[in-house]
Amino acid sequence: MRGVFKTLVGGIVLAAGIAQAALAVEPIKVGSVLSVTGAAAYLGDPELKTLQMYVKKLNAEGGLLGRPLELVHYDDGSDANKANAFAKRLVDDDKVDFIVGGTTTGSTMSMVPIVEKAGVPFMSLAGAVVVVEPVKKWVFKASTTDRIAAERVLYDMKQRGITKIALLSDTSGFGQSGRTQTLSVLAKYGVSLVADETFGTKDTDATPQLTKIRNAPGIQAIFVFGFGQGPALVTKNIRQLGIDLPVYHAHGVGSDEFIRIAGPAAEGVKALAPALMIADHLADGDPQKPVVSAYVKTYTDTWKEGVSMFGGQAHDNFFIVVDAIRRAGTTDKAKVREEIEKTSKWIGTGGEVNMSATDHMGFDLWGLRLLEVKNGVWVEAK
Amino acid sequence: MLAQLLQFSFSGLTVGATYALAALGFTLIYNASHVINFAQGEFIMIGGMLAVFLVGLGVPLPFAIVLAVAVAALVGVLMEKLAIEPVGRGDTLALVIVTIGVSLVLRGAVQVWLGKGSHALPSFSGDAPILIGGAALMPQSLWVLATSAAVVVALAWFFERTLAGKAMLATAINRTAAELVGIDTDRVLRVSFALSAALGALGGILITPITLTSFDVGIMLGLKGFAAAVVGGLGSGLGAIVGGLLVGLIEAFCAGWLSSSYKDAVPFVLILFILFFLPSGLFGPKTTERV
Repeated sequence: MRGVFKTLVGGIVLAAGIAQAALAVEPIKVGSVLSVTGAAAYLGDPELKTLQMYVKKLNAEGGLLGRPLELVHYDDGSDANKANAFAKRLVDDDKVDFIVGGTTTGSTMSMVPIVEKAGVPFMSLAGAVVVVEPVKKWVFKASTTDRIAAERVLYDMKQRGITKIALLSDTSGFGQSGRTQTLSVLAKYGVSLVADETFGTKDTDATPQLTKIRNAPGIQAIFVFGFGQGPALVTKNIRQLGIDLPVYHAHGVGSDEFIRIAGPAAEGVKALAPALMIADHLADGDPQKPVVSAYVKTYTDTWKEGVSMFGGQAHDNFFIVVDAIRRAGTTDKAKVREEIEKTSKWIGTGGEVNMSATDHMGFDLWGLRLLEVKNGVWVEAK
Repeated sequence: MLAQLLQFSFSGLTVGATYALAALGFTLIYNASHVINFAQGEFIMIGGMLAVFLVGLGVPLPFAIVLAVAVAALVGVLMEKLAIEPVGRGDTLALVIVTIGVSLVLRGAVQVWLGKGSHALPSFSGDAPILIGGAALMPQSLWVLATSAAVVVALAWFFERTLAGKAMLATAINRTAAELVGIDTDRVLRVSFALSAALGALGGILITPITLTSFDVGIMLGLKGFAAAVVGGLGSGLGAIVGGLLVGLIEAFCAGWLSSSYKDAVPFVLILFILFFLPSGLFGPKTTERV
């Protein structure tokens, strides 16, 4: 009898051991399709770097639920068709537990049908609202959109009694989508356009457009929706023409590079940016300070380059899932999806995230900070 | 209304002057070799980027300008020596493709070396605009216009009064005949590359305080310069200048009066019109078919 008992116990221990060993070697698979090369490379590159860095870091700290993480990544070369094929591969061949990515709106939308059909939690890094509107069961996107940016700026204008503005948007997808979203929410804030102009992302001179804007009747402010060097040039032109109107920029310029390029012309200009872009200037009591500082430190230490809001978005979307898996205690896709949907008061680099069954983005107007250039540095606008 | 007109003109002339300098570069090399040098835009970029880099190192602006122009000229010579000469002179199309290759290499090299960011230079004489009839003119625009004018005069003198210049003209008119009278046409080709690189670089430096620079500004500037050269008539120095100013002005007025969205299409639509109705451009040589 004792012999039998011993064998039995031994057997159970052995079986448990084997089971545990099997669990320990079975990694949690993180799938990602990002635009690391091609037109959207400046978005995809920091995103991939962020994912690689944190997968490595989590593994060094013992993994997730005691299991190591494995990143399965494909570069779609900024081509939405490829993103679709890669999403299929992630779901069918690699059997990933969740997917982060789809750098651009195009890539994301081409991946959506596949993840929806397969039922894999999918965190998109794209910008446009269409990703989460209407709500799709498996698709989430914890990054800000152009409509929020437009509303945030218009809100501030309303507070200051500005009702007649000029919109100057760049001709890129970012600027044109921003223009469409701005037009769609103008009425909500009682603001009307007295001029609607565009500029090319590589333009060298915007003074003709600005001359028109200057002569527009009743104009009270200029809203520039653009990304990269174009808005800096526009800012220079505005001051060169002696236009003394408030200037608002969307969320594409909130970096020190903007001030460096625009020089003294940047003084007094307002722009939107996630807290990440003003990491050094955040107040000590700011709820985002710890997460932002940690991200900036880890990223700059690892890659020896400055952070961008896109890498920050990859961080937020990745950790929302990581935390959801932690809470669920399993990688069961349905349970993880439910936990992602329950994400609330979650502080990331882009702001506070509150998801729900009807909101798969979770940001309100206050995720973006309104900054102002004072004495050559970005500070929060009063 | 008048103020608006003036403002568009200032804007157009300033931008046009830079197109004119680029177009002159195209013209120089086209004359010496019948090659359209699509790396011309990269010379413009190299000038601006090098000047920014040198100023960043603490080199005083005047020295930085001279040095940047000199280095660009050297790059021009090296390009001729390493990429154009080995191909030989037979196939013009092959040479044109080589220049596209060189432009990609130059752009890539600068991107890796100096990064992807945009850079600015301080204006040479302050940022306070000069107000004329209600329109603002930047002092830097005067620099661009004056330098362009000076370059045109200098080039005219070079071609009319110096032996080297005359040798270039002779090569442009008839290469074989030029060789028969003892002109070293390979040397002429090298000088033309050095000159056009230096011109492009100078233009690139002058406009950097106005337009900013980055590793990829050469693409658009090169294309617009090419459009200006075609409009003016390939091979004509005067044509390059007039073409450049014309393209700049029409662009500015289009952005101001029509819509800024169509601005970049202007030079290319202009090319089409010119090629349809005036195939040799405004000032191009009147070609006659030999039967």
